[in-house]
Amino acid sequence: MEGDVVWSSPLPQVEDRPLGDWDDSVLILGIETSCDETSVAVVRGGREILSNVIASQTELHGEYGGIVPEIAARAHVEALSPAIREALVQADITFWDVDGIAATLGPGLIGSLLVGVAEAKSIAAVLEVPFIGVNHLEGHIYSNLLADPEATFPAVVLLISGGHTILVNARGHGDYQLLGGTIDDAAGEAFDKVARFLGLEYPGGPEIDRLALLGDPEAVRFPRAMIDVVGFDVSYSGLKTAVINHVRKLESRAEEVVVEDIAASFQAAVVDVQVKKTMDAVRHVGGDALFLCGGVAANSGLRQGLAEQCQRHGVRLSVPPLELCTDNAAMIAACGTAMARRGLYTSLDAAPDPNLPLIA
Amino acid sequence: MLVLGIETSTPQSSVAIGSEQGVVASALVSRGASYNEFLLPAMRFCLDQSGIGFRNVGAVSVSLGPGLHSGMRIGVATAKALSQALSVPIVGMASLDILAYDVRYSSRLICTCLDAKRGEVFYAFYRPSPGGIQRITDYRVEKPYQLATAIQSRPEEVLLVGNGALLYRDEFEDLGPRVEIGTMSHAFPHAGSIVELALPRIFREDFDSVYDLEPLYLRRSARRIQWERIQGSRSA
Ligand SMILES: [Zn+2]
Repeated sequence: MEGDVVWSSPLPQVEDRPLGDWDDSVLILGIETSCDETSVAVVRGGREILSNVIASQTELHGEYGGIVPEIAARAHVEALSPAIREALVQADITFWDVDGIAATLGPGLIGSLLVGVAEAKSIAAVLEVPFIGVNHLEGHIYSNLLADPEATFPAVVLLISGGHTILVNARGHGDYQLLGGTIDDAAGEAFDKVARFLGLEYPGGPEIDRLALLGDPEAVRFPRAMIDVVGFDVSYSGLKTAVINHVRKLESRAEEVVVEDIAASFQAAVVDVQVKKTMDAVRHVGGDALFLCGGVAANSGLRQGLAEQCQRHGVRLSVPPLELCTDNAAMIAACGTAMARRGLYTSLDAAPDPNLPLIA
Repeated sequence: MLVLGIETSTPQSSVAIGSEQGVVASALVSRGASYNEFLLPAMRFCLDQSGIGFRNVGAVSVSLGPGLHSGMRIGVATAKALSQALSVPIVGMASLDILAYDVRYSSRLICTCLDAKRGEVFYAFYRPSPGGIQRITDYRVEKPYQLATAIQSRPEEVLLVGNGALLYRDEFEDLGPRVEIGTMSHAFPHAGSIVELALPRIFREDFDSVYDLEPLYLRRSARRIQWERIQGSRSA
């Protein structure tokens, strides 16, 4: 076949590039497409972010008041290639400098995951570098290691977002113990549902947080579900219903609904329960470090509540900046680097798993 | 010029590598492996068996559908990533066109018809022309009886091919001998044909942009349709 090959582009020879021993100079390209953000990042040595491009679809889903899986999947196909180009340009590298490709394998929306995994595997095949399939939840934990040079395992992790609310005892890289979590709605989901009921703009979480600062958190005493139950599980579905019932009752009596007070009282109930359960968990494992991550980590009430309690009990609290709290590819690349160091490569016939558990 | 062809928009997936001299290697699967499991190992197989490296591939061509959405997306995403990482051109084409190209030697009017699920079919009409085919209608998604009506309203004899034609064979057989239905071997578009169809476009430098190329969705997302219905009834 040699005679047929028409090839003139000067691509570097893969054989000339020894695969790194995953030291502090390795470059991992991370791809995250599990939900409604298309994100691509380049991370050096698992710690240093060279680029972290995030293309958000929030506007696309805004008119529906929630994420529409088919629209999300279509948007990922559109956004991923430009995001990859942008991430390489910002990091000032080419594909051929990359030592490994990490992508989110799950959990998440299957149609969205498929796009990122397909592109990641293809790039890994072409470059002849390892593909590393990353668990999205484990990825979130690494946002703390990326943001905070002093943060180390072991630590208790509160991952709190629109899709997840879990407390994890992270004893080391890949060594996790699930302590508890929501038994129904994720905290962010409750925020969004309450916000939608109150007629606030999508996404509702930040809007509730903003209004809560203007309202009286003691205006309504909403239930603190499971606060006295032994263990670290929480439940937010009943709280959401309590808010809806309260507002309906006010409306039926033609009483004024002060949205700021409702928001403040609702947020106070979430913060009370979540802070108590989190601090209980830290005490239970005898730890002195807490990692906060996930989109709801941006909530000012939660940050403040945890900061106060951590200070009082001598616990070191690590909270990444917003762009690392929400879904992003830098955390996937960082987690992928730690996995590569343990030789955890993924086969190129791997399929994404929408229900991938954190602990197998 | 070595071209890599990818087809994953129907229940039959295939990969092929070929040049002006024809297909060098191909792999095909109709059941068992998912698109995820099949695609890269199949490419690896084709490359290894023919002694070609990824770096010898000069262009990537891919079927854009219409077809099954997950498959279309995996195929297009894979092709885009290969094109981007290899920095070679990408060429996308419609599944229905690929199917029609395969039966271009017929003197009949060609209608390609793929199962669109939910009781519908994707279809388009083509006229054989010297050296190829010419599409004479838009790509459509409709109920099989609507396609039967469309066939009936044409004066020409029709060759109807694709898995949609076989699935709804009864509807079309009622139209009598004016309609000939293609066999299983023409039920699905094949990556080998994609390579063949891509070559003239590559030589004309009629490339697609890796940043703009998208699957061919004939349906808007279900949620959007539903939403507009709600909006419509509210404003009515
Ligand atoms: Zn997340």
